[in-house]
Amino acid sequence: MHIVDRRLNPGGKSLVNRQRFLRRARAYVQQAVRDSLKDRSIKDLDKEGQITIQRDAIHEPTLHRAAQGGNRERVFPGNHDYMEGDKIKRPDGGQGAGSQAGQGEGNDDFQFALSREEFLGLFLDDLELPDLAKRRLIGGAVDGIRRAGYSVVGNPSNLSVPRTMQRAMSRRIALRRPKGADLEKVEAEIALIEARDPPLPDDAVRLEALREERSHIIRRRNLIAYIDPVDLRYRRFETVPKPVAQAVMFCLMDVSGSMTEHMKDLAKRFFALLHLFLTRCYEHVEVVFIHHTDRAAEVDEQTFFYSTVTGGTLVSSALDKLMEVVKERYRPDDWNIYVAQASDGDTMQSDNGRVVSLMNDEILPISQYVAYLEVGREEFADIETVGTMTGLWQAYAPVSEANRNFVMRKVHHRREIYPVFRELFQRKGVAERSA
Amino acid sequence: MTAKLANAPLFTGSDWDFGLINRIYEAIEPIALKEMKLDIYPNQIEIISAEQMLDAYSSIGMPLFYKHWSFGKQFVTNEMMYRKGLRGLAYELVINSDPCINYLMQENSATMQTLVIAHAAFGHNHFFKNNYVFKQWTDAEGILDYLEFAKRYIAQCEERYGQLPVERVLDAAHALMNQGVHRYPRIRPRDLKSEAAREAERQAYRDRIYDDLWRTIPVGAKADAVPGDARREALGLPQENILYFLEKTGPRLESWQREILRIVRLIAQYFYPQRQTKAMNEGCATFTHYRIMTTLHERGLITDGAFLEFIQSHTGVVYQPTYDSGHFGGFNPYALGFGIMSDIERICREPTEEDREWFPEIAGAGDAVEVLKDIWANYRDESFVSQFLSPHLIRQWRLFKIMDKAGESELRVDAIHDERGYRRIRRSLAREYDIGRQEPDIQVVDVDLAGDRRLIVEHAVMDGVQLDPGDAAMVLQNLANLWGYEVVLKEIDSETRKELKSHSGNPNPAWLR
Repeated sequence: MHIVDRRLNPGGKSLVNRQRFLRRARAYVQQAVRDSLKDRSIKDLDKEGQITIQRDAIHEPTLHRAAQGGNRERVFPGNHDYMEGDKIKRPDGGQGAGSQAGQGEGNDDFQFALSREEFLGLFLDDLELPDLAKRRLIGGAVDGIRRAGYSVVGNPSNLSVPRTMQRAMSRRIALRRPKGADLEKVEAEIALIEARDPPLPDDAVRLEALREERSHIIRRRNLIAYIDPVDLRYRRFETVPKPVAQAVMFCLMDVSGSMTEHMKDLAKRFFALLHLFLTRCYEHVEVVFIHHTDRAAEVDEQTFFYSTVTGGTLVSSALDKLMEVVKERYRPDDWNIYVAQASDGDTMQSDNGRVVSLMNDEILPISQYVAYLEVGREEFADIETVGTMTGLWQAYAPVSEANRNFVMRKVHHRREIYPVFRELFQRKGVAERSA
Repeated sequence: MTAKLANAPLFTGSDWDFGLINRIYEAIEPIALKEMKLDIYPNQIEIISAEQMLDAYSSIGMPLFYKHWSFGKQFVTNEMMYRKGLRGLAYELVINSDPCINYLMQENSATMQTLVIAHAAFGHNHFFKNNYVFKQWTDAEGILDYLEFAKRYIAQCEERYGQLPVERVLDAAHALMNQGVHRYPRIRPRDLKSEAAREAERQAYRDRIYDDLWRTIPVGAKADAVPGDARREALGLPQENILYFLEKTGPRLESWQREILRIVRLIAQYFYPQRQTKAMNEGCATFTHYRIMTTLHERGLITDGAFLEFIQSHTGVVYQPTYDSGHFGGFNPYALGFGIMSDIERICREPTEEDREWFPEIAGAGDAVEVLKDIWANYRDESFVSQFLSPHLIRQWRLFKIMDKAGESELRVDAIHDERGYRRIRRSLAREYDIGRQEPDIQVVDVDLAGDRRLIVEHAVMDGVQLDPGDAAMVLQNLANLWGYEVVLKEIDSETRKELKSHSGNPNPAWLR
């Protein structure tokens, strides 16, 4: 009997099969992931999760007898008081008398859990920041290594055997190191003479000479090494700094009193997705959170998503703040600047002019992309038309028409957040597979 | 048996290490081999983690398998059930191979390790080596090598022809897997090792004789139509092994596709005995572990605490819920197998008058293990139940039989545990284990070779139970894709020869190329 400890064997044998399964059910899984997003709280947005897909999608058919019809007989344990010939009402479903309890989950849905990575991979699929153009070298950030010839010192794992052998050979030739074959030849001749019986007259002299030659050869071979430390060559690598595209995303959110809890939730969800997308897909993206009432403040992530301040509305205050931060920390020449703004569109009429001019003259020229998300009341989803446009929407509409990098969208319901988000950040040229 | 007490138990507490596993094995071995005289393949015990157990689950318990999404589907289901705590994992997995590989979970306590070694390494192992169905159909020596070959071959195909085409063939083959076994041993037992070698040889031969010239030779005049009977005869029809038929005669399959069908078919054949002997196999293993654990306890080799832990687990395993308990999901193979085998032991030792009448050969035979070993070797579930389910057990389990006739609005209690009912109940329960009756009888009956090459498949409908229509349509689509031409499946009543229903499928033109 052998005992083998297999515990240390690499796990994840099923990983390939699992991936194939996900690929096979991809369309369904993706749909399920998107659906599941709208029921998640903001905190849990990026957690691993259980999803449910239609069983039909991944059904493996076999030829088997139908569950119904025909004459059947079956034996059961645990008779209490049935006598032969008793009639029993057919249980619901008409299927024999078999209780199907204990078979667990229902038949229509197939449930399983996705890991966090798989989950994010599926729902951030095909997204990118548009027009990420400005690249520059930033101190310390090193991305690539490249081959840089050979060196005489280095790590044993980087030893270049061909190079080393080549050098060793040329050194051996230059110093006339006797070959193994030379030694063998001399030794063979010595053996031949020694074995000669009776010896020839000049054998003794010849033998003497040969022995001397042999010791000479051996000495030279010992003195001149086959491979000498001076022959060693190592592959050399050097690190190269690569230009990095630095980007900053400004998240501007209206938290004024006119924003209902529902609207704030929509806006926060949008930003949570955005934040998740940026932190996962880009290493060098900074996020600046600004929320505003009639005054704007730069806040940290925690405050941004979970604070509950309220007040009046002054959109221009947020844009002022944005420009202030840009001047302070993000030189437009070095940084790709993105702006995402969410609001209910409720502004003071008097402020609109300033908002539009700030946007047109200061923000848009330095930004790669500006997205404006207007959140509306859920119950108004159907009745809101052109006639009921909000102040800010009306103000921004001409800006959007004039500038390709200014996009505005409106959402009313949680389920719209993800499609709109995708629409805003979809990689160019990728058609939406299923919304 | 003289009960000489051991000085100290093998272990106290629940921790184990490799030394202890060795000592446990050495304590069990003489009981199993000398006293019970079991005959086993050499054992290889492998300790695995829960994660590896999950992996093994999803490839039908085999240590290596080709890649396919359906195993991934299995994996995600099992993983979720396990993570949510809905389902525990098996304590062991055992593979019918030579040497016999036993997977033990590292999470098991020392008692459980003792139990599973007795159960799998001796119980299942003996059954695998001695049962006639296994002897006839499986090649324990070659299975691992063959799986290795299958895995490599399919991976190569994926490299050569792409993942998708291979996946399609596998999907289609899996759908027909149950129709991919020879049920009658008219063809010599498979020798899986030489199968792999033969395929390599065939490939080499094809490579050697390949000549592009053949392509340019004009096609000759069409052969005359062959009369139907001779044609069927030449094709070996009727043929119940559909995968075999496709492999040999499918007109549009590439050789690698045929080989994949062959792989799926041979693996299905390997598992065929397991499906016929579930209750017996588990019964044999359970009986063995029960005997061994009891003996160990009697000799003081395991503590009272460990024995209680064992008894608790054992009773859980052999628990049979009654039909109205809400947990009933058919007969528990452990309970059925162990129940009948314990009953046989009782009949051998202390037979009643009734037992002498019903089982004259074994009543009072004394040595139950010898009787059981003969049974383990020469029966499968169906014959086992129909021979050895005793009136005593029928009364004890209070079995009753229900008739469900198609035209009637009510079910009828056809038999209960009384003198009139014993035989009927026994026959009926045995039929539930007869896969020849439980699985539809489907055969390829004809193909119009000279005409439109339509393949005709027949389902001999028994008791009026037809095929599940949704699945049948899907499988037929797969079959048509493999065959390359139209396929018709007729459901024909086996008694009246009347056609009840007919399905047909046409190949998807995008499928093969």
